[in-house]
Amino acid sequence: MAEVKLMKGNEVLAEAAIRCGCDAYYGYPITPQSEVMETLMLRKPWEETGMVVLQAESELASINMVYGAAACGKKAMTSSSSPGISLMQEGLTYLAGAELPCLVIDVVRGGPGLGTIQPAQSDYFQATKGGGHGDYHLIVLAPASVQEMNDFVGLGFDLAFKYRNPAMILADGVIGQMMEKVQLSEYKPRWTQEEIDKMSDNWALTGKKAHRSHNTVTSLELDSYKQEVFNHKLQEKYKLMEENDVLFEEIQCEDAEYIFVAYGSASRICQKAVQLCREKGIKVGILRPITLYPFPKKEIARLSKQVKGILTVEMSAGQMVEDVRLNVANNIPVEHYGRFGGVIPTPEEIVEALEKQIIGA
Amino acid sequence: MSVELKDIIKEENLVYKKTPVLTDNVMHYCPGCSHGVVHKIIAEVIEEMGIQDKTIGVSPVGCSVLAYNYLDIDWAEAAHGRAPAVATGISRVHPDRYVFTYQGDGDLASIGCGEIMHACNRGENIVVIFINNAIYGMTGGQMAPTTLLGQVTATTPYGRDAKLNGFPMKLTELLAQLDGTCYVTRQSVHTPANVRKAKAAIRKAFENTRKDKGTSFVEIVSTCNSGWKVTPVEANKWMVENMFPKYPLGDIKDI
Repeated sequence: MAEVKLMKGNEVLAEAAIRCGCDAYYGYPITPQSEVMETLMLRKPWEETGMVVLQAESELASINMVYGAAACGKKAMTSSSSPGISLMQEGLTYLAGAELPCLVIDVVRGGPGLGTIQPAQSDYFQATKGGGHGDYHLIVLAPASVQEMNDFVGLGFDLAFKYRNPAMILADGVIGQMMEKVQLSEYKPRWTQEEIDKMSDNWALTGKKAHRSHNTVTSLELDSYKQEVFNHKLQEKYKLMEENDVLFEEIQCEDAEYIFVAYGSASRICQKAVQLCREKGIKVGILRPITLYPFPKKEIARLSKQVKGILTVEMSAGQMVEDVRLNVANNIPVEHYGRFGGVIPTPEEIVEALEKQIIGA
Repeated sequence: MSVELKDIIKEENLVYKKTPVLTDNVMHYCPGCSHGVVHKIIAEVIEEMGIQDKTIGVSPVGCSVLAYNYLDIDWAEAAHGRAPAVATGISRVHPDRYVFTYQGDGDLASIGCGEIMHACNRGENIVVIFINNAIYGMTGGQMAPTTLLGQVTATTPYGRDAKLNGFPMKLTELLAQLDGTCYVTRQSVHTPANVRKAKAAIRKAFENTRKDKGTSFVEIVSTCNSGWKVTPVEANKWMVENMFPKYPLGDIKDI
């Protein structure tokens, strides 16, 4: 029987990590996601599954601990919130450059700087555009419910190992802090060393085996022509992600004359806004990107030929709207409505924005 | 009766050979640099302890960034200063492996000061090899935290001035104060006798990992004749006369 519980988003991340066979969590406390490590420390998974949980001295250290464990072919993860994720950007570019799979969770709060501890979606750029130096991308999943906080931990690891690339769950303070009903995943055992050897013998660190040359995990290449070849390889990988692993949800788009494009908490608020619009006789739907990278480009293009206008709704000053504008295939208005700095928009505001910025414009 | 070369080159007549833990790759280090000797004695210790298949190294950013080309063991190359955190990540998921970091003074004592302090304080069951040559070698000879007062470098062209640049940092003594370190020592490799002592210290450090005793820290006071802009022989002399008074050799902690 599947286990159904009422749980907080952050607690579910911890529970899902244990249940999906995660080998190691390294983290540093920061609001609004501290419950992830607190839950793990209370649960003591090292006694149950052998999973390592360690509080690091900084986000710099925790992402580099993840790098170390990931270099061993292990399922390693960390979680943080916006200022901490900024600190992790160095580690993330090294992970991408060394082609290491791992899972990083960003429970976003408002910025810039120390900003606020309230929910925001202003980390879209640093999550989807690389964030650190060099040409690379993370795989970015955007949960819109506590259920998806559970589901995306396993999915994040699957995609990370499929592409040998870091994956990120881009949540926000609402999803992290709210309680909802969740169906927890079944327990999956941690990989045995034999299973890891079978999958990752040509790169993972175990100690040099007699049958192979030594493995080196590095992102260094002094020969620029070889570095260019490697970068082409990364670009090929990103192309494959775009072809095979775009995820999105369409809500009431069949007859829609206008659509909201929104992810995470904002998409939940848009559902109420759609209801209010339809009560007024305005046919509105929602395109909810689930993977923010790879971005659902084709769906934006397709819907842009069907509708009269698009309003992106983000808890930011307008970040994802750039990707929407890049991918519309028709001359329709694409506008942004956002509340930010920790402020959450109301459904009424969103309806008003649609009427003013798109319909009445 | 004449003796031919082929009669001499026989297994029983060999008195010295390169450890197979060192690869045949040509090292990029400058002639006179201490790195090559330290690499060799680490490789010999790994061979003698029979732990080549259980050892994972973490290389730094700096001259020894390519250490993975020279020691035939599994390696992770870490971001600048982060090797102790990477080693922590590895050691925690592979508690039965011998994990060591190999770091220079810029990597360990400057940008990586936080990571080394906390790895030592947690008593991670790892070995740290710290090459202190009082200068940034790879980037062209700039001031390091361990640069001596008055020492001329590319960024202290008039000599290190305490008021402007602060003081030479004795991080090794600081780390000995932390409860997580079990063995903290300072060695050098400028004479055969010192090479033997340094090798014994590295051996002890790896033995401590076997015994799960915590962090073992081996500083090697080293030369950088290119950075110091002197000959290798002069560099050894300069090190003895100037570095050793500030960074005296010997065990600082051994429990």
